[in-house]
Amino acid sequence: MPSPHSDTHIDTHVDTAPAGSGAALKRTPLHALHLEHGAKMAPFSGYDMPIQYPAGILKEHLHTRASASLFDVSHMGQVLLRPVAGDLGALAKALEKLVPVDVCALAPGRQRYAMFTNAQGGILDDLMIGRPVAEDGGEHFMLVVNASRKDADTALLTEALAGVAAVERRDDLALIALQGPLAHRVLAALDADAEAMKFMDLRGLRLGGVECLVTRGGYTGEDGFEISVPAAAAEATARLLLADPAVALAGLGARDSLRLEAGLCLYGSDIDETTTPVEAGLGFAIQKSRRTGGSRAGGFPGADMILRQFEEPPRRRRVGLKPLGRAPVRGGAQLYESETATAPIGTVTSGGFGPSVDGPVAMGYVEIGYVGAGAAASPPTVYADVRGRRLPVAIVDLPFTPHRYRR
Amino acid sequence: MLKYTKDHEWIRLDGDVATVGITAYAQEQLGDLVFVEFPASGKAVAPGDVAAVVESVKAASEVYAPLTGTVSEVNEAVVAEPALVNSDPLGKGWLFKIKIADAAELDALMDEAAYKAQLG
Repeated sequence: MPSPHSDTHIDTHVDTAPAGSGAALKRTPLHALHLEHGAKMAPFSGYDMPIQYPAGILKEHLHTRASASLFDVSHMGQVLLRPVAGDLGALAKALEKLVPVDVCALAPGRQRYAMFTNAQGGILDDLMIGRPVAEDGGEHFMLVVNASRKDADTALLTEALAGVAAVERRDDLALIALQGPLAHRVLAALDADAEAMKFMDLRGLRLGGVECLVTRGGYTGEDGFEISVPAAAAEATARLLLADPAVALAGLGARDSLRLEAGLCLYGSDIDETTTPVEAGLGFAIQKSRRTGGSRAGGFPGADMILRQFEEPPRRRRVGLKPLGRAPVRGGAQLYESETATAPIGTVTSGGFGPSVDGPVAMGYVEIGYVGAGAAASPPTVYADVRGRRLPVAIVDLPFTPHRYRR
Repeated sequence: MLKYTKDHEWIRLDGDVATVGITAYAQEQLGDLVFVEFPASGKAVAPGDVAAVVESVKAASEVYAPLTGTVSEVNEAVVAEPALVNSDPLGKGWLFKIKIADAAELDALMDEAAYKAQLG
């Protein structure tokens, strides 16, 4: 038995260095802490990461929505962009040649969701761009990118920003996510300034004597924070947070089920070089200034394709998929109009069991004709092929669990 | 006395009926189960045929028929409550029963000592 044939990110995004090849997995600064807490570890993007702790994915997921969970996401890439000659405006303009979002208008102390696009309008990676409040170190941007893409992203940035900015991979920093409705109380007990932060704010906080760069947000749909902390102080910071009785450890398994219920994309599954931001339902990330008629319209890779899709709907669109039975429908399953149709009309890109929904949840792409059949009393139903059977699936709006960000 | 397969199933023979489940090690590796189904219920099976599908939050796994025969009974209790497989894998969490065709096939399965040796 365990012969999992699923394609959750845990199974498929593993670096495929063959066993015994000697390619050592990297460890985060919290590796020893995970082992001490009985984590089940697995390779993920080249790192030996905690998939779950003894509580298990179900309990870790539900605890996050009810209280606060600590996730080690130090495998993600943190990239600092320091403008040469201190000209942050020139750097913002140069960055706008890589992403379709408004970087120039990003205020100090704020961060923004973005994606690197390619010439076809596809997505090379999705990321956060933060603009710390300028202190004596001078103004700069701090990026957080996906683990599996951080080398490619760093190379892209280094080439594109030559002469404009120094690109520094901050592998000397850990990243800790504290997620859940009690996260703000836990953090405010350590630094009262946490309480005043709003969703997508970015502040320097002092946690147990350690200067951290903290953003309010995350990848679970809950209120929460992501804490960038020097690697040497990461374990002490994690222990400080875990000392609060509201906080429990949660692994990448719960992180995946939480983001799926929240309707958030996983790079490599729900978005990739073949999906455009508009198809993926990420058009919200493209501000008016970068759209047709805006003050700095276009000028990023694939702009023609992406901006046209705001006028003429793309052929397909990412949607929520709610299996009507109890069986999970997983990534890779094909979607059909009927129980007998032979030509697929879409594909599931992520799917599994949603512990808060207490049932199966999924997302994927369907042809545009199946999207927003809107006025219909009941959502349109399509059929997913699961082990040779056609299971009914409703096309629904995302998210499955409402976002509870502190706006 | 239980027999085991390399795929982490246990088999208990009563007369010509073999009860099959997954081992404590297997359920622990899979994590919280949320769905169980029996595609071969009532059907003739041979070793390697999929007799049950068990799904955790993160993955689906197939449970193979360990012996030749007919799936004569499936455990509806684990369909209603998949967590029984986690909490009592060798008892209430059993999966299915096979009316076996050839008792000699059991000789090829592992005993407990051999299975434990495999787990290392």
